[in-house]
Amino acid sequence: MTESVETTALTPVPGATGQTGTVVRSTVLKRLFKNPLGIIALVILLGMALLALFADVLAPFDENFANISKTLASPDSVNLLGTDSSGRDVWSRLLFGAQLTLLSALLCAAVAIGIGLPAGLIAGYYAGKFEAVSNWIVSILMSLPGLIVLLTIRAAFGPSVWIAMIAFGVLISPSYFRLTRSAVQSVRNELYVDAARVSGLSDLRIITRHIFSVVRAPIIIQTAAIAGVAIAIQSGLEFLGLGDPAKATWGVMLSEGFKNVYLTPTLLFWPAFAMALTIGGLVLLGNAIRDALEDGEKIKHRRTRTPGTDPVTGRRPTAAPAAVRPSRKSVPAVDPGTEHHLVKVTNLGVGYPQADGSIKKVVDDVSFHVDRGEILGIVGESGSGKSQTAFSILGLLPDNARVVAGSIQFDGSYTVAPGEERVSQERLSKLRGKRISYIPQEPMSNLDPAFTIGYQLVTPMVRVLGISKAEARKRALKLLTDVGIVNPERTFNAYPHEVSGGMAQRVLIAGAISCEPALVIADEPTTALDVTVQADVLDLLRELQQRLNIGVILVTHNFGVVADLCDRVAVMQNGRLVEEGPVRDILRNPQEPYTQTLLASMLEGKEPMSTLVSPLQKEPVA
Amino acid sequence: MSTTKSAPLLTVDQLVVEYPSKKFRAKPFRALTDINITIGRGETLGLVGESGSGKTTLGRAILGLAPVTGGKISFDGKDISHATRKDRRVLSRDLQVVFQDPYTSLNPALEIGDILAEPLGVQGMEAAAAKKRVKELLDQVGLPSDAINRLPREFSGGQRQRVAIARALALSPKLIVCDEPVSALDLSTQARVLDLFLQIQKDTGVSYLFVSHDLDVVRHISHRVAVMYHGEIVEQGPADIVTRDPEHPYTQRLLLASPVPDPDRQEQRRADRHRLLESQRMQHEQAGVLA
Repeated sequence: MTESVETTALTPVPGATGQTGTVVRSTVLKRLFKNPLGIIALVILLGMALLALFADVLAPFDENFANISKTLASPDSVNLLGTDSSGRDVWSRLLFGAQLTLLSALLCAAVAIGIGLPAGLIAGYYAGKFEAVSNWIVSILMSLPGLIVLLTIRAAFGPSVWIAMIAFGVLISPSYFRLTRSAVQSVRNELYVDAARVSGLSDLRIITRHIFSVVRAPIIIQTAAIAGVAIAIQSGLEFLGLGDPAKATWGVMLSEGFKNVYLTPTLLFWPAFAMALTIGGLVLLGNAIRDALEDGEKIKHRRTRTPGTDPVTGRRPTAAPAAVRPSRKSVPAVDPGTEHHLVKVTNLGVGYPQADGSIKKVVDDVSFHVDRGEILGIVGESGSGKSQTAFSILGLLPDNARVVAGSIQFDGSYTVAPGEERVSQERLSKLRGKRISYIPQEPMSNLDPAFTIGYQLVTPMVRVLGISKAEARKRALKLLTDVGIVNPERTFNAYPHEVSGGMAQRVLIAGAISCEPALVIADEPTTALDVTVQADVLDLLRELQQRLNIGVILVTHNFGVVADLCDRVAVMQNGRLVEEGPVRDILRNPQEPYTQTLLASMLEGKEPMSTLVSPLQKEPVA
Repeated sequence: MSTTKSAPLLTVDQLVVEYPSKKFRAKPFRALTDINITIGRGETLGLVGESGSGKTTLGRAILGLAPVTGGKISFDGKDISHATRKDRRVLSRDLQVVFQDPYTSLNPALEIGDILAEPLGVQGMEAAAAKKRVKELLDQVGLPSDAINRLPREFSGGQRQRVAIARALALSPKLIVCDEPVSALDLSTQARVLDLFLQIQKDTGVSYLFVSHDLDVVRHISHRVAVMYHGEIVEQGPADIVTRDPEHPYTQRLLLASPVPDPDRQEQRRADRHRLLESQRMQHEQAGVLA
């Protein structure tokens, strides 16, 4: 049995068998085997395939051998599942039927793949005329009524399972075509395809090496589904009596059983059972493969664990689950003497539960504070936890994130009290937008393309400040003028795609200060902008901050931006706060080696073409 | 550095690139206008400009990835403006590329060894020889040799960019077009990758066309610098002069816009910038009055 595992597991993938070995990388295969549904599906399909393969050996009778003296018999030692109305052995017919049914499903899928896949590859890669023409053909094919075409073909060519399945394969090839074409289109302009072109690879090599890999997985999943549909359609045709009566298939048996349903209901049961099992197995296999390919995401959707069972939070006694629920009454008062800080973050730890039950900490023991009218810069490289820290103040951490330690207080009261696992949305939603606002990194993706800029500025003001629409509109125009937009009326009526990136960022800044917040959190507000635009936006931020006397937390990786704006700096590395202090101290006399390395990496003032990183401090390759 | 004394390696003469418009019978979009640049052997030309200025398009036109509508690109004495696929295959030995995004420039489904062996295979190198060369390359860019059997996703951004550099180096090219190769990297990683670029040039004498939006990066790595603005080259010359004492108003604005990591010097620079913007605005108005 073991040696046939490979082939049987892949039976629903005719035409792609050669590649499957590489697609389903061992890790995916392993994940497939770990999934109980995947194993069940594989066992069912494997069993079916083996039964079909060895039908000649396993079947005690020929498919059409009739014992007229023994019709509609109950199961006995000779006829394991009894006999039908002509005295033919049900078990034998079931086995031969499996053979024909599975093979015809394979044929159908093979034809569909054989037409849809190459056409989709060519149309997706070259686009142009071929794509236009094949789209027309596909549209025509899809508008044909499938069953009527199959009936016509039967009338023209006679009752052949094979011809019917080839025709059905052609009819459903558009689904492969569309699948392949859209997958190819998504990678056609990837840089690695460009790199292959620069290397002088022929188009054929590029398609087989670089493009085919993205369509393999969806094709396999699609095939599992298509094979199931093919079995159903084929059996349906035969159930209607349109098949070849000389061949035993599940459909013919179903039809036979239906005629005798009042005499021997089991005749109906067995072919129906076999079909349900096979089609179910195919669907489950498709799902299992999809799950195996997307396994990375599955961890995130795990049930959240109760805090009491967390093995890692052992830093301090975890609060009882009841205390975690946001409750109005029991928010403790902040430590006396710290109320005057606008924001105070104390020993904050943020983590994400992993699949194995542990918690991966992305922010660890971080403490800092920001006062009114002060700009704090949080500097660090990617993965340093700087954005996660900012998001926990905003209460915008992803659902699966856990505050594993520490507290956050805003304006004298806790938004995350010590011992709480999550940011209290109840408390924060009152603050967000009114007292705390946010300037994001990507201006364009933070404006909704479906609404005008004016609408996106007015709506929050109407909601948060409770002013009339006309009043909000007046304010919005004033704000747009304030952020240095020359023609505020026109920008107000424009849609986001009609303005430049710098302009969009000005709009978002206008939005952020529209409700007169006390704290603005800016997450890399200038990273996506050109240098000249960045300088303008920094000027704007400084001017607004001084005029409105707001506190700002500026998350950035750029020491130039820090020097331009910040009063104090906190340097973060791997989730920890490395160093914190006034901007001049940190930039001129950094104490920690990490800050020194970062500053030494700056190019400004360096001798051109000199080595930047001395071999001694070279870490294990970046 | 002796630059254009001998025949330059790459000459771009009056290059025009236009993309056909999507709209019916509309005027094509002109991405590049009358571009003239040369790159000598062992020389680095830095190309700086803001997004949409056409600096990436120029690199792509040289690589044959953008349509050349007018003008001429000569590489090593041959006209490559409209090179065919076959010509490109021969050309790929001498002309290579490193892209900006190390996450999409490597095929996620291929092992590092296969990625690096690909350009070698195209040139008909035997598998065994190719494997040896791949090991050399990994060593050259400072990656462990066990990287051969690993997938791109197992590496950080900086390491991936090293793989991309190794792929460009595989055939010992004469010119590498580097399209923002350090822009997606962290500061300290950027420093190490720049070190690597300089070291490779020292060892192999390769030329770079180094595209970047960051004046500091371009100043650090280039012999000469060309500044692009709205699809044209507005200024070019020795790196030191263009990046410290530029003539064109745009380059002047660019220089003073990039912030320096010291609060007091940055305040100074900010003031300088405001003065510059003011004076440029006055000049602009005067020109308007005169016209």
